[in-house]
Amino acid sequence: MNAPANIETTLKDWVTDQEVRWCPGCGDYAILKAVQRTLPELGCDPAKTVFISGIGCSSRFPYYMETYGFHTIHGRAPAVATGAKLANPELDIWLVTGDGDGLSIGGNHLMHVLRRNVNMQIMLFNNEIYGLTKGQYSPTSREGTRSPSTPLGSYDHPARPAAFALGSGARFVGRGFDVSKHLPDVLKAAHAHQGAAFIEIFQNCIVYNKDVFDDFAAPKGAEDRQLWLEDGKPMLFAGDTKGITLNRETLSLEVVDVTDGDWEAAGVIVHDVKNRSIAHMLVEMPFGPFPMALGVLYDDPHPTFETAVIEDRARASEGKQADLAKLLGSGQTWTVDGTAQDPQ
Amino acid sequence: MATAVHNSDAPAAPDAIVVRFAGDSGDGMQLTGGQFTLSTALAGNDLATFPDFPAEIRAPQGTLFGVSAFQINFGSREINTAGDAPDVLVAMNPAALKVNLKSLKPGGLIIADTGAFTKRNLQKAEYETNPLEDGSLAKYDLLAFDISARTIEAVAPFGLGNKDALRSKNMWTLGLALWMFDRDRKPIHDWLKQKFARKPEIADANIAALDAGHAYGETAEIAGPLKQVELPPVPSEPGLYRTVTGAEAISLGLVAGVQLAELPMFFGGYPITPASAILHHLARLKEFGVTTFQAEDEIAAICAAIGASWAGSLGVTSSSGPGIALKTEAMGLAIMTELPLVVVNSQRGGPSTGLPTKTEQSDLYQAVYGRNGDAPMPVVAARSPSDAFDCAIEAVRIAVKYMTPVMLLTDGYIANAAEPWKVPNPADYTPFPAKFTTEKQGPKEEGELLPYARDEHGARPWIKPGTPGLMHRIGGIEKAEGTGHIDYAPDNHQRMTDARRDKVLGVDVPDQDVCLGEPGGKLAVVGWGSTFGPIHQAVGRARAKGCDVSQIHVRHIWPLPANLGELLRGYDHVLVPEMNTGQFKTVLRDQYLIDAIPLTKTSGQPFQIAELEAAIGKFFDDIEGNEGGEVPANDQQLPSTEAD
Ligand SMILES: Cc1ncc(C[n+]2csc(CCOP(=O)(O)OP(=O)(O)O)c2C)c(N)n1
Ligand code: SF4
Ligand SMILES: [Mg+2]
Repeated sequence: MNAPANIETTLKDWVTDQEVRWCPGCGDYAILKAVQRTLPELGCDPAKTVFISGIGCSSRFPYYMETYGFHTIHGRAPAVATGAKLANPELDIWLVTGDGDGLSIGGNHLMHVLRRNVNMQIMLFNNEIYGLTKGQYSPTSREGTRSPSTPLGSYDHPARPAAFALGSGARFVGRGFDVSKHLPDVLKAAHAHQGAAFIEIFQNCIVYNKDVFDDFAAPKGAEDRQLWLEDGKPMLFAGDTKGITLNRETLSLEVVDVTDGDWEAAGVIVHDVKNRSIAHMLVEMPFGPFPMALGVLYDDPHPTFETAVIEDRARASEGKQADLAKLLGSGQTWTVDGTAQDPQ
Repeated sequence: MATAVHNSDAPAAPDAIVVRFAGDSGDGMQLTGGQFTLSTALAGNDLATFPDFPAEIRAPQGTLFGVSAFQINFGSREINTAGDAPDVLVAMNPAALKVNLKSLKPGGLIIADTGAFTKRNLQKAEYETNPLEDGSLAKYDLLAFDISARTIEAVAPFGLGNKDALRSKNMWTLGLALWMFDRDRKPIHDWLKQKFARKPEIADANIAALDAGHAYGETAEIAGPLKQVELPPVPSEPGLYRTVTGAEAISLGLVAGVQLAELPMFFGGYPITPASAILHHLARLKEFGVTTFQAEDEIAAICAAIGASWAGSLGVTSSSGPGIALKTEAMGLAIMTELPLVVVNSQRGGPSTGLPTKTEQSDLYQAVYGRNGDAPMPVVAARSPSDAFDCAIEAVRIAVKYMTPVMLLTDGYIANAAEPWKVPNPADYTPFPAKFTTEKQGPKEEGELLPYARDEHGARPWIKPGTPGLMHRIGGIEKAEGTGHIDYAPDNHQRMTDARRDKVLGVDVPDQDVCLGEPGGKLAVVGWGSTFGPIHQAVGRARAKGCDVSQIHVRHIWPLPANLGELLRGYDHVLVPEMNTGQFKTVLRDQYLIDAIPLTKTSGQPFQIAELEAAIGKFFDDIEGNEGGEVPANDQQLPSTEAD
């Protein structure tokens, strides 16, 4: 993000007159609302806010935001956004991508926008399916996913978006899910982060991959299956009866029981958003034996790409004048009467 | 042309000479060629050069694929090509001789350094016997002597070791070449002093080597085999001149273009031969408001350029062959979103990886037709290194005025070749400042936001994100006329397709002129791009013989000049030489229903003047010397280097 603009708006100011075309019940609606609710709270200026997306159901998002928007081509939104940010660093850019858009066709661009650390918020709507093309399995689909292109079930190993992001050099990794009431908090943290902020948002594709996230997202028993991380707070879940500890011998995380709230005695570790090693463990933490790690998994800002580009341009221009006539007349020059000019 | 350098019985003095300096990559042949070029320019001769270096980064010393060469054609008349075949070959080692000999003119002069014709070097060049001694060079004139030893001798007073001393071999050779063409040594002395300002002893050693080579020429003349040749200067307009390569000219033209448009430039590129040179040049021009971005691939390079154009810069991207193919989908996006963009295509031999270091004009179909959907895009083609400057400005102008991507075609030959260029004055160009829309423009009283309204040229407004009150969305899905909202309606798509087509067809392309000859007659030779030089020379020679032939060279490939059809109908025949299988010919046939006759070549080598002359001759059997002679298949004039 950029310095907060402190513009007063309401949710309605961020809603376009365009009819929303997602399937009724699609998780995208909830995410749209969460974003529209968050931006006024952040004091953002709609004229300086831009939404850039690739192709997919999720990538229709910009049409519904009363900001500048660019619905680009499949997988390439990170590249378009990088160019836009370099051309105008004042823009507050939100990137919207899907699991197919961001990790299949656009995996390369996603990796590079993250490692370059271009200042923007990247929301990857992970529904573990290709929604727009009618339900083929995607790179995040779980093994055995039956789909039109995998009638007997898929057999490739799924990619893990948050792990991919961290491995690519992301300095902010957050996680949330469509209907979660905490999603706006993750969005706010991402916006506050200077640099590329990656947010994986689990999103229910009600038509082609209905309720695949219910195992951790369903309201019933959610406490037991969601670990909401907060900087400086112990990693507790299940009504503070369980926690995460670090086995210092195997260098791995473990679930421990906490009795009478004495998490310290149980060895539960305190979340430090700047601890990259623990972040690597959190993004790899398998759901099932462990709860789903949600919230801000990692947040440790680093100089941004556009700042470096601006500095480089300033350094390269130092003491130089943009004199075109002089530039054209440099190099190996001579005049027709035969006098050599000094080579420049 | 001249073979008279060494032959005292030769008839008249030549009016042009082709010299090829060839040696090992480490012998400094490009530097020698560059300085010889400067001295040639200072002598007032016209010239064209062709640097031909190996694609290998560090080829092993002495090997055939490590040979680096620099060819220059210069004369006392207009020169448009680097020359069909050299008159003089300077071979600094056996490999250089082997690789370049086949292109030398029969009777041409070979200057060879015997000091480098060691057993080991002969082996590396796959010679079984020493060609300098086995009589195999009998059909040429041979001047073989120990340049290495003479160089060591010349620089001895400076206390350099043999290895360092031998690095001045190229300057010794340059000295000899300067003597051969009666050139002033002072500019080279000055250049050496400046280049080695911090190491004056190296400068002195090089100057000594240069002078020794020059002195050797004088002595050798007395001895017999070598003659000094004088080529009088070509009269040219007074003013400041420089040498320029196509890659330099395009970079400078793009910078000039964005200055005229009053825009910052965003350049996205991904390394590829031969397009990289433009990225390298622009990376050093940041003080001109240029941002260069080395992307992760060509797709990202163009997409970032599109994002930058959207945000208010002029997006530029550049590539070759496979890289242009990768950009195709994004060009469609720029067409659909109607954003200005310049795509520079430095063509090389294809398909696929093809011939990375060889030239071809085979991307014309791709430029004009090669996208999904009806996706019209203006195409401009440069004819020479210096012409590339104006073409780049023209591409920027069209992109900004019509809110459209434009493809600028150049090729490997133009990119690397150097020619003299009268330095233009930026003040002579009319500015075309870009306009950004900051207010609602619709007809309604309160004003309506119409991002897809059109001006009198069919261009839509350029609205930068960040502009208060004009928030809107664009994208690759079909747009409703005016509002730009998503619209799949049949009649809307029809209207928008028509509007995109009409906008591009309406680009203000200047009328086509006749470069040489008359507007009408028996034969028009119609070309585009880097074939200009050989066609110009061939048509000139045919006309001198009395053939009714004219040259038409097209810059605006799409849309074509409005008068071109009428103009071509004024000739009995239209011959279209191209370095492809006949792509422009197809466009001309399609657009004008004329019987355009293809003359094609896809050997990775530029056309020779002689082969074009012969092809033209076939139309003029009644004129002496033109009895339909055979086109010589000499593709060897520029040796090949392997690469990918
Ligand atoms: C170059 C290209 N290839 C394929 C497509 C077709 N396509 C559109 S969206 C999509 C997958 C979208 O999946 P995802 O990114 O997960 O988005 P979702 O619809 O699930 O939100 C595909 C394959 C396309 N538009 N462009
Ligand atoms: S297909 Fe799935 S992801 Fe797409 S709109 Fe429908 S429910 Fe949402
Ligand atoms: Mg998906």
